[in-house]
Amino acid sequence: MTNITFVLNGEARTVAVDPHDVLLDVLRDRLGIKSPKAGCNRGDCGTCTVLLDGRSARSCLILAVEVAGHEITTLEGVGAECLTPLQESCIALDAFQCGYCAPGVILTATELLRDNPHPSEEEVKEALAGNLCRCTGYRSIIDAVMAAGGSP
Amino acid sequence: MAIVHQFSYARPSNLDEALALMDRHAAAAAILAGGTDLVVNLKEGRARPSIVVDIKGITELQRLHVADGKLEIGALATFSDLLRAESVRTDFPLIAESAGTVASVGIRNRATLVGNLCSAVPSLDCGPALLVHDAQVHVVSIHGSRAISIHEWFTGPKITALQPGELVVSVSIPRPIKPHASCYMKLGRYRGEDLAQAGIAVMAVDGFTYRIAHSALAPAARRARFVESILDGAVLDQGVLRLATAALAREIAPITDMRATAAYRRHLAGVMLERGLREAVRRLHARGPVALGRLP
Repeated sequence: MTNITFVLNGEARTVAVDPHDVLLDVLRDRLGIKSPKAGCNRGDCGTCTVLLDGRSARSCLILAVEVAGHEITTLEGVGAECLTPLQESCIALDAFQCGYCAPGVILTATELLRDNPHPSEEEVKEALAGNLCRCTGYRSIIDAVMAAGGSP
Repeated sequence: MAIVHQFSYARPSNLDEALALMDRHAAAAAILAGGTDLVVNLKEGRARPSIVVDIKGITELQRLHVADGKLEIGALATFSDLLRAESVRTDFPLIAESAGTVASVGIRNRATLVGNLCSAVPSLDCGPALLVHDAQVHVVSIHGSRAISIHEWFTGPKITALQPGELVVSVSIPRPIKPHASCYMKLGRYRGEDLAQAGIAVMAVDGFTYRIAHSALAPAARRARFVESILDGAVLDQGVLRLATAALAREIAPITDMRATAAYRRHLAGVMLERGLREAVRRLHARGPVALGRLP
């Protein structure tokens, strides 16, 4: 095992990992970060999404050793002080039902709105194409992201 | 889901260190860049390396620039990097168009074009674009360097001309000198994240010549030279398009798998070729925004 240090939600954390340890498992089982979920475990469903140096990435496809010296943001680090406008609009518009996909969707949409504050519906759909939701049919999620983007 | 297989991990900070490791471990070494294929293969037991060599510390592999009319894509350039690069979008729009169809943002932020090339699945999205551009793959090992033509790169499904101990440093893509326009048609089961059921890239070059390449329609992505010879010098009318479609059907060898039947692929390949040709020619004579080359 080797110690790696990385910034997790704004705070430097050190954890001992083996080369074959997957970031998702290290976050959930050793660092108490439960918002990234295990879904397909092969990069298709997006429920394990984290932001790596500000860009959305699949934590199920990243070895923990790879993030040494990097910055990881999970839902725990988004709106920690107060909810973001995106989170507020997700609540106001009942964006989610079971909520399993919510952390991944919110992180992916956070990246989108940062890069493109007023996305078109097409751009929202394209950005969220890799985040599967089996409850809502996506309509309420797209509406919430559009509302947060100020172009309903 | 944990990885059961054990391996060691190295993160060389320069090319010489990486090549020395690859020389020592040869086929037992796996290269890690974005990891979107490798980590799945480690989890599912298809990859069992003794060492994983993470090349992300080698800064020279990040290069992504145009020089002497050639686009050079370093081994660490991700599909998102390609989509963000102004020079790619304006001078190599087919590369950008293909990159935009790869999986989804969260994958494109990590997955590299060179990794896609090295995985060499028959459905790879970057294959047809690189084939119509006559790309070169630049490879180094402890023994020296060589350039491999993209036409000799794919030797079978998931098999390439890369030898143990060799590392791809970049892909270079020459820009055709004559005016040209191109189009990538991707057939998927739904819009959004999916592997191609079939992919066709078309480049129309001023003077009525056409370059055509396909993916997911044969054991490896390749140029449709017979179709090109039939179209050479031709204005696209209904008769020529019918001949080209028939020629394509003879040139491809689609299979039936979980994504589509061979008959469906064969039929849609003809439709995609025709639409791709029309769209490429339309773009050649037009300026301004263009539609995404994806079937509805």
